[in-house]
Amino acid sequence: MRRALLVLAAACGLMATVSAAAGGQQSAKPAANPAALANRGRTLFAQGCASCHGTDLRGRKGLGPSLRGAGAAAADFYLSTGRMPIDNPTDEPERTDPAYPRADIDALVAYVGSFGGPAIPRVDAARGDVGRGREQFTERCAGCHQVLARGGIVTGGSVPALDKSTATQIGEAVRVGPYLMPKFSAAQLDPHRLADLAAYVNYAKHPDDRGGWAICHIGPIPEGMVAWLLAGLVLLGVARLIGERAPR
Amino acid sequence: MIERLAFLAGAARGLLNPEPAEREPDADDGVDPRRRDLPRDPRAELIVALLLIGAGLAGAGFAVALALDADTQVLGGLLGGALALMSAALILAGKRVVPQEVEVEERVPMVDREAERAVADDVTRARDGVSRRKLLAGAAGVAGVGLAAAAALPAASLGPGAGTLERSPWRRGIRLVTSDGKPLKATDIPLGGFDTAYPEGADPRELGSPVVVVHIAEGLRAFSKICTHAGCAVSLFRYPVSEETSSGPALVCPCHYSTFDVRHGGEPIFGPAVRALPTLPIAAADNGELRATGGLSASVGPSWWRVRRT
Repeated sequence: MRRALLVLAAACGLMATVSAAAGGQQSAKPAANPAALANRGRTLFAQGCASCHGTDLRGRKGLGPSLRGAGAAAADFYLSTGRMPIDNPTDEPERTDPAYPRADIDALVAYVGSFGGPAIPRVDAARGDVGRGREQFTERCAGCHQVLARGGIVTGGSVPALDKSTATQIGEAVRVGPYLMPKFSAAQLDPHRLADLAAYVNYAKHPDDRGGWAICHIGPIPEGMVAWLLAGLVLLGVARLIGERAPR
Repeated sequence: MIERLAFLAGAARGLLNPEPAEREPDADDGVDPRRRDLPRDPRAELIVALLLIGAGLAGAGFAVALALDADTQVLGGLLGGALALMSAALILAGKRVVPQEVEVEERVPMVDREAERAVADDVTRARDGVSRRKLLAGAAGVAGVGLAAAAALPAASLGPGAGTLERSPWRRGIRLVTSDGKPLKATDIPLGGFDTAYPEGADPRELGSPVVVVHIAEGLRAFSKICTHAGCAVSLFRYPVSEETSSGPALVCPCHYSTFDVRHGGEPIFGPAVRALPTLPIAAADNGELRATGGLSASVGPSWWRVRRT
């Protein structure tokens, strides 16, 4: 129990530091020469991706899906969040430091995007409305990602926390539906609602905790357990206070 | 020496039986709480009575606030306040109002009728220190009624009556609308996407109303959004990018992770649910709007203890 608490505390601390460090974000810049960029991406793809995703993005059975039609949005999402490349094709791709520098990611994105599919969405979180975003988030996202976007699990996979997600990556995930996540059309979440959503996710990174003590935003049930533990201590104290010792 | 100590809280019986009686002056030192002789303390009694009445009022207030659908903070404050006042009253009564007695029963005859009777006598008589019995009894009654109301009323929110499980507003021809009331179109949901829909013109909060529409390779499928295990909202939809290297498409309930296979009629494939999610037959009209082509395939909601399988 104590060890579990220590691990939890350490994880909370780590999350706080990492989310504080990941404040900045980079957006995809249009390339000077798309054809040359895609060409370089083709070389990079053959070196780093084709072993699973096949030559010309056709995919390989049991290793990696075809990426034709995956689009620039998917390529940028998986590469900029470090989810790809992965060592074992049956592993769940998880967020880590990007394996490629930004210039290489741009090249790969241009190459994958040249086969069609959704472009990288523009998401202007600064124009979004946190309140409306919260409504959308609770209706469509919180089932898996938890209401303050701390992540969770679904059978068959773990659901990532969104504390490091940039607005662009949120938009990409919504349109692409990475790993087990469903995707959402523009009819369901138009660009305005997407901006609201990103504004809420940004807010949820550092919510103003009206209740006072946030307990790492781990959710109402574990927070309730903490309350029970503390209340138990208080009750012990009260019992000690009102009790009287009989002399021997 | 084996002693059996009987700590006697004579309040209840003393209050009900208000004939005066004398008490043996056995308290030689005022230190031992087992032999504490309490003088009359009308002030303490008054405070206890006020605390009890306060607890009763807060409990009744909780019941009223619950009926008025008040803020959860208000509800928590009232219920917690009622219990805190109640315990404060009990602590004060134990320390300042209720006399303490100690009786020693010899071990050998395990049940000594005589000693028992003597103890019972003491319990009945141990009320010298209490003067305002009726006030205290009344206040305890107020506290009891208030707290009982606070305890009983939440039972009303424990779920729908058995009859409502069989009802569903879904009929042939009813349009599917989203949470903001707009008709849901087949083209709104991309492959690998999902949305929640309600029957047009019906109460969206009714258990039989919400359905979740998923778009899988085989087409659009609609299922009741209420989990067949414990009635939570089945709000998780997983759709794999590559099924070869991950899990297949399914609806998942966030409460206990019951997982329903959307390709095979919502059959449960994991977790505590034993019954398939009821399905709703739907079709797209020429303008793309989705309509029900019949009712739900089974009654909505939880099945307890594997009793109801259909």
